[in-house]
Amino acid sequence: MFNKKKIGTVALALGATLALTATSAFAKTTLTVASFPSFDLAVQSAIPLYKKLHPEVEIKLVSLAYGDHHNAMTTALATGGNLPDVMGIEYGYIGRFASSGGLEDLRAAPYSAAQYEKLFSKFTVPLATGGTGTLAAIPADIGPGALFYREDIFTKAGVTQEDLIKDWDSFIAAGKKIKETTGSYLVASAVDIKDVVIRSGLEDGQGIYFDSDNNITVNNDRFKEAFRLAKAVRDAGIDAQVGAWSSEWTEGLRRGTIASQMMGAWLGGHLNNWIAPDSKGLWRAAALPGGTYASWGGSFYAIPKKAQNKAEAWEFIKFMTMNKEMQIAAFRDLDAFPALIEAQNDDFINQPIPYLGGQVARVEWKKSADRIPALDVHKHDPVAEQIINDALEGVLERDENIDAALAEAEKQIKRRARR
Amino acid sequence: MSSVESAVRPPVTKIRKRTLKQRLNASGYKWAPYLFVSPFFVIFAVFGLFPLLFSLFLSFHYWEPASGLAAMEWVGIENFTFTLTDDWFQKSVFNTMWIALAAGIPQHVVAIPLAYFLHTSFKRSRNTVIGMYFLPFITSSVAISLVFTTLFSRDFGMINMLFTSAGNWTIFGDIQPLSWLFPTANIDWNRPEYTKTMIAFVVFWRYVGWNTVLYLSAMQTIPKDLYEAATVDGAKRWQQFWYITVPMLKPMMFFAVTLTIIGNLQLFEEPFIITGGSGGLEQAGKTAAMHMYITAFVEGDFGTASAVSWILFALIAFLTWGNNKLLGEKK
Repeated sequence: MFNKKKIGTVALALGATLALTATSAFAKTTLTVASFPSFDLAVQSAIPLYKKLHPEVEIKLVSLAYGDHHNAMTTALATGGNLPDVMGIEYGYIGRFASSGGLEDLRAAPYSAAQYEKLFSKFTVPLATGGTGTLAAIPADIGPGALFYREDIFTKAGVTQEDLIKDWDSFIAAGKKIKETTGSYLVASAVDIKDVVIRSGLEDGQGIYFDSDNNITVNNDRFKEAFRLAKAVRDAGIDAQVGAWSSEWTEGLRRGTIASQMMGAWLGGHLNNWIAPDSKGLWRAAALPGGTYASWGGSFYAIPKKAQNKAEAWEFIKFMTMNKEMQIAAFRDLDAFPALIEAQNDDFINQPIPYLGGQVARVEWKKSADRIPALDVHKHDPVAEQIINDALEGVLERDENIDAALAEAEKQIKRRARR
Repeated sequence: MSSVESAVRPPVTKIRKRTLKQRLNASGYKWAPYLFVSPFFVIFAVFGLFPLLFSLFLSFHYWEPASGLAAMEWVGIENFTFTLTDDWFQKSVFNTMWIALAAGIPQHVVAIPLAYFLHTSFKRSRNTVIGMYFLPFITSSVAISLVFTTLFSRDFGMINMLFTSAGNWTIFGDIQPLSWLFPTANIDWNRPEYTKTMIAFVVFWRYVGWNTVLYLSAMQTIPKDLYEAATVDGAKRWQQFWYITVPMLKPMMFFAVTLTIIGNLQLFEEPFIITGGSGGLEQAGKTAAMHMYITAFVEGDFGTASAVSWILFALIAFLTWGNNKLLGEKK
């Protein structure tokens, strides 16, 4: 009797397995795409279009909050389990993920992506390139840096855009004038000035905190100048001393107590959608002061080595990144500036932006995107950034000597970047 | 089966009397109990024991997690020596201790008299009041932190509005009688010197109700005759509190203080959200648990992060042991 039962169970299990295998053989391939807000919106809007082209592929979008998504991807790469077929990666993580070795080398066959590299803004490809010359991801969107400012406040103070971007001395003078006549602060934080200046004058292949030979490059004139200018801005009383994304920051931009902000071109979308929709038509965009070209953020797609459906994943990535219509749609709907040069050259770029008072700003953003150097990212960049910010805090708040603060910061970075 | 046997033990009764256990044993299902208790052990092994041992193993390695398990590199106790001599770690432990004391001591100092007050003064409405005190404890810490960030906002926060309106309150035209006590200009609570105070206040606010409920439940077990005898002897209310309630609460104090020590040393969510995940300016609000998180997930150094967590474990064990010496039962 016992044996009979056993045989019965085995038969049942076998039957079930066979049935499952049979159904899955006829079912569509399910492509798992892991992403994060609001990058996931691009995937969401692409799903119906993609299904028309590839009815055999079902797309499952898994989206987590920005930090959670990248932590989940880190642990998935670490353990090799639970990996999606297509992985969305943001700028801040691309360097580490690209050199991890857990992602497919897209330069190798069957992808042979080297032929596509010239299709994208030149600074994006090195970001996704690992140490041994492997290409780990394809860029989707970029964030060319721009300076947004309130035209009405500037007019009231008698300051022009030219005053602002000519050089830093004129920038500070303009800030003082604005503070005196309107009471508004020119910038949110003196730290923003430092962030722009440490990125100025860099060329392809250089890093912000480390050079290509792993040497720490914070105790040099670039950083000294950045600290000096940040201190000058603080001393002039033209920064509101608020951090980005805090409630003081959004309120300051909304009420016009902060008259300008340097950030990625996508800030225009945020201003329009939720930060300051009421001041439509009052904002303008300009290039960054001092002839600096920098990039704020950007997103990429990669295929993990242990993904299940690599061929389908590659097709999907090509569709998301190299399809001009898709890129323009994301540009139009989500303010995601395309990494694809073909999409940057589309007529859409010449359209005026109502929020910016009808300014044809995208053309300027394209120009700066062309000039952004291909900076080298280092895995200890986040550590170095924290140390530099702490050092700057000492200079701004306690009047510490800039040379001493930077020498100490260099020592700190050396100690912490011990591997 | 013989007729004699069937006369002594009728088979029908025999079957009816067999319990489920006997039946299971009889049919060869001796393994069934093990199967039924196994979920606990399986879950514990997978989610409890394995991560524990793995993190110990990891603390002796350098590992960049995105490179997969094969990329582990044995470094001996280097992670531990680095962490113990690391000024960021020391600073985070200092912050943790500061917040633990600033939030922890008032929690108990307020909770015990509050519980006594609730115990003696409220009759029918007591449960409602207890519920109100307990509410912060069960509210999501994310929601709490966001609300307090708004309240403590520099330019638009309620706290600054109250403080400065008290500080700028004038009588006789231009005299500000409260300006020595309250600020006259908005305080930037995100400044390094205030961050810890802000976090400690939120933690205090959140857990004081929890401790009150703990002490209240302990007070309810104190025999009434003690108070009656004390009343007969002419003891005043504060004397009853000081000489009966407080000594009788000692075991609960030990328990509650232990929970506070462990909870405060593992403090993470409130400072994490209040400081936007960075620890604040000059890392003034970065706790040891946050330091561990940042080492692992921002710097990508899981080995050192594991070492940090084990050092933190040793610290908590040591402090709990000290608390046991101080408040625990003497044998």
